[in-house]
Amino acid sequence: MRSMGVYIHIPFCVRKCVYCDFLSGPATRQRQQAYLEALLREIVWESGHYTDYIVKTIFIGGGTPSILEAEEIAKILDCLRAHYQIDADVEITLEMNPGTADQEKLLKLKRAGINRLSIGLQSADNDELKLLGRIHTYEDFLRTYYQAREDGVSNINIDLISALPGQHLDRWVRTLEKVVALQPEHISAYSLIIEEGTQLHDNRDAWAPVPEEEEDRLMYQETKRILADHGYRRYEISNYAKPGYECRHNRIYWQRGVWHTADFVGFGLGANSTVGDRRWENTKNMERYLSVFQERNVGLYDSRLAENRSVGESVKEDAIRLFDMEQMAEFMFLGLRMMEGVSKREFTASFEEDMDEIYGDALQKWIQMGLMAQDGDTVMLTDAGIDVSNTVLSSFV
Amino acid sequence: MSTIDQSKIRNFCIVAHIDHGKSTLADRIIEKTGLLTSREMQDQILDNMDLERERGITIKAQTVRTVYKAQDGNEYILNLIDTPGHVDFNYEVSRALAACDGAILVVDAAQGIEAQTLANVYLALDHDLDVFPVINKIDLPSARPDWVKNEIEDVIGIEAQDAPLISAKNGVGIEDVLEAIIAKIPAPKGSAGNPLQALIFDSVYDSYKGVIVFCRIMEGRVSKGTKIKMMATGASADVVEVGYFGAGQFIPCEELSAGMVGYLTASIKNVKDTAVGDTVTDAENPCAEPLPGYKKVLSMVYCGLYPADGAKYPDLRDALEKLQLNDASLFYEPETSIALGFGFRCGFLGLLHLEIIQERLEREYNLDLVTTAPGVVYKVYKTNGDVVELTNPSNLPDPSEIDYMEEPIVTAEIMVTTEFIGSIMELCQERRGRYLGMEYVEETRALLRYELPLNEIIYDFFDALKSRSRGYASFDYDIKGYEQSELVKLDILINKEEVDALSFIVHKQSAYDRGRRMCEKLKDEIPRHLFEIPIQAAVGGKVIARETVKAMRKDVLAKCYGGDITRKKKLLEKQKEGKKRMRQVGNVEIPQKAFMSVLKLDDSK
Repeated sequence: MRSMGVYIHIPFCVRKCVYCDFLSGPATRQRQQAYLEALLREIVWESGHYTDYIVKTIFIGGGTPSILEAEEIAKILDCLRAHYQIDADVEITLEMNPGTADQEKLLKLKRAGINRLSIGLQSADNDELKLLGRIHTYEDFLRTYYQAREDGVSNINIDLISALPGQHLDRWVRTLEKVVALQPEHISAYSLIIEEGTQLHDNRDAWAPVPEEEEDRLMYQETKRILADHGYRRYEISNYAKPGYECRHNRIYWQRGVWHTADFVGFGLGANSTVGDRRWENTKNMERYLSVFQERNVGLYDSRLAENRSVGESVKEDAIRLFDMEQMAEFMFLGLRMMEGVSKREFTASFEEDMDEIYGDALQKWIQMGLMAQDGDTVMLTDAGIDVSNTVLSSFV
Repeated sequence: MSTIDQSKIRNFCIVAHIDHGKSTLADRIIEKTGLLTSREMQDQILDNMDLERERGITIKAQTVRTVYKAQDGNEYILNLIDTPGHVDFNYEVSRALAACDGAILVVDAAQGIEAQTLANVYLALDHDLDVFPVINKIDLPSARPDWVKNEIEDVIGIEAQDAPLISAKNGVGIEDVLEAIIAKIPAPKGSAGNPLQALIFDSVYDSYKGVIVFCRIMEGRVSKGTKIKMMATGASADVVEVGYFGAGQFIPCEELSAGMVGYLTASIKNVKDTAVGDTVTDAENPCAEPLPGYKKVLSMVYCGLYPADGAKYPDLRDALEKLQLNDASLFYEPETSIALGFGFRCGFLGLLHLEIIQERLEREYNLDLVTTAPGVVYKVYKTNGDVVELTNPSNLPDPSEIDYMEEPIVTAEIMVTTEFIGSIMELCQERRGRYLGMEYVEETRALLRYELPLNEIIYDFFDALKSRSRGYASFDYDIKGYEQSELVKLDILINKEEVDALSFIVHKQSAYDRGRRMCEKLKDEIPRHLFEIPIQAAVGGKVIARETVKAMRKDVLAKCYGGDITRKKKLLEKQKEGKKRMRQVGNVEIPQKAFMSVLKLDDSK
């Protein structure tokens, strides 16, 4: 029996944020319902591939999945339970935005099986929230957070973005301090990346300049210090958790060796999958996605029909086979995002190759420059290495 | 084959300033005399290299023979020798002129006389050629032929009132030009009975026939089987084939005799044996004296050529070897640079020649090149009495061993409209020019004469000249000789390490300014590293300018979710790909572009 993670993409939100380059946008209820229908069919349709897999994590991301009704989320999870083997200890995360669920909805979600909430706060400063085009205030967030706690959600992540236009260190520190006071189990804090195709990128002059590199770096250092003071450990470049609360689903993306669960399957528009040495991406074209599964007018829970794989077209695109060298590269550059680093023994166990023979020159160089460190069998980035990790990691691709 | 009547031969060339229509006129002559129909004509038959067509200049001399039935009822053989149109090739031009008996001077009806018009016409007159003018581009609205006629008479002093008024582009007046050739250019002299004496004015390499020697027979005759000897190089061979030039093809014939222009082949393997300007004679019945004017061609400008991809070194060597087969003036020898690896130090006739070779290597041989700053040949007089001809700045002896140094000087003539005289004089001053004098060609135009160090004009002088005269100035120069000068070697240190490929020789006065601008430019070109990189310019170990490339403090992909690994990977791959195109010097990666960018340091900043 092999392990895998499942990702479910919900490409809808109330309003597009100015920095967002994810596949997401506002949509009518009808469109949302049609999508949900297709999504359920895809989940069923694909299930035949994964009869010998056990699902360890489920991550419902978006967009803002919490704009769906709690019953709809429950339907997705029921469908998964009906067609896949789910681990008793499964981690089920739902991404949500403040103001999209009241206490009752949160309770329903919890009952449906959601045991981890990832709340997109981004900033505790209402001016900054407005600037980012967020739909909520900090007070909205607090209400949602306390309600979830009251409902007994015991694993909560809060997403934050630093280096916002016009932001300075002290302002960022105030956001951090407010958030740590709430004692969530997990905090994601990444510095803003202005991606092409976002409002922030295309209309740059409309916003104040983003902080200079030096200040951005100070923000990172302060983040680490403040969070450490409050019992959070940085376990990945931008992720912090209290012991035992690291996000198990995201680990699957980063840890590609045989000692970990490395397979993940994505359902929904534009979702990515990697199973063994196969990788593909679902179509990003909504019309196409919907039409493929409309044609497959199979009874929703009739898995025998789903076995008939020759029917109709596929939503899978860009399917590739990963060569050994690519897998090794991913083991390195994804694994090194984790502070615990990568193990040489696991490398050998995964690829029957010696890490030093393949990457020895690079490793030696970075260790010498103090950007990487070695501890027994594992190698990892140092704090200095994290700051310039692209340079370091690119030497492994 | 019946003997050709010498009085029915005309050997001539066309001289002009660039863009005045020399090649177009040549095409029309060929077309008019029926060698090719206009349908077969590709424009500018004689400029057959792509590069020549693109730049609108003739790089290699081309020759064509046509037959013209004149109004007097006789048929004449016209040998048109098209000469290269650039100062870099002045020696080739002079030998091609020596092969002619007369020249057509083409002058643009709108622009009148330009610097090259003068230089070329004086060169033709120096060779005792009979020159008659033709006024081209009379179709232009701005044409003022009468004014140009007067200018020709006033400035050059040749009769111009009955000059044919033509439009080569539109084929107007070509007949007049042909008649003028018959009337005004003398028939060749010389006797077929004398010992063979032929002037080599060009040669090309053919992989089947060996070297094809282009020559003008001055005296005597040559045919298949003649045992020939090159008087300067001493090479000898048996003639395999003689012939004349069709349009783009070689047409064999029985014999070449005095007065004729043609080619010969003799299974010669190397163009170096058939030096331009050398005299071919009959080994068994040699002439008493070689023809005058032979010179060994010297490279004036040197630079390092390196393959961008070090593994392509053998390809570069093969390509240079092949180019040299056709170009005896190209010099190369292997050299090694710490920064750039294995490459070649190459010598050229001038900067244009350098650019042409570089472009041909890149286009015809698909090579990606890194070029080091071009330099001239300096003479280093050592205290022990030795003289070193320095072509690579890295080889400069230790300053303690140097008594003094000399650099090549040119005499330059710059033609400019009066409003720009001030700015051009300023430019010449900045380039260490020595003012010789000025003449007014007419009321609004003057000819400035300067002595300039060659190393001041090989970089971007021409560009600067054009930009400071809004394109109106024209320029020509001659090598005058060597003069003592206060020269120093400017070194560039990147992260405290000297980068040999960036060193160059410069006049003491310009060292500070050049060093500062080099550092500024390099600062922009070198990407930030994980550490701070000082960029320094130094003379004799003393730092005279400095810039710093700040360390990269942040280069992190903060967000990495959703399993979209492909995109993340592409980002890292792109970063890595960028590095491959860099040269490693110590710990610093320098983009290839940086080596080239310092060749053009904008002056007008």
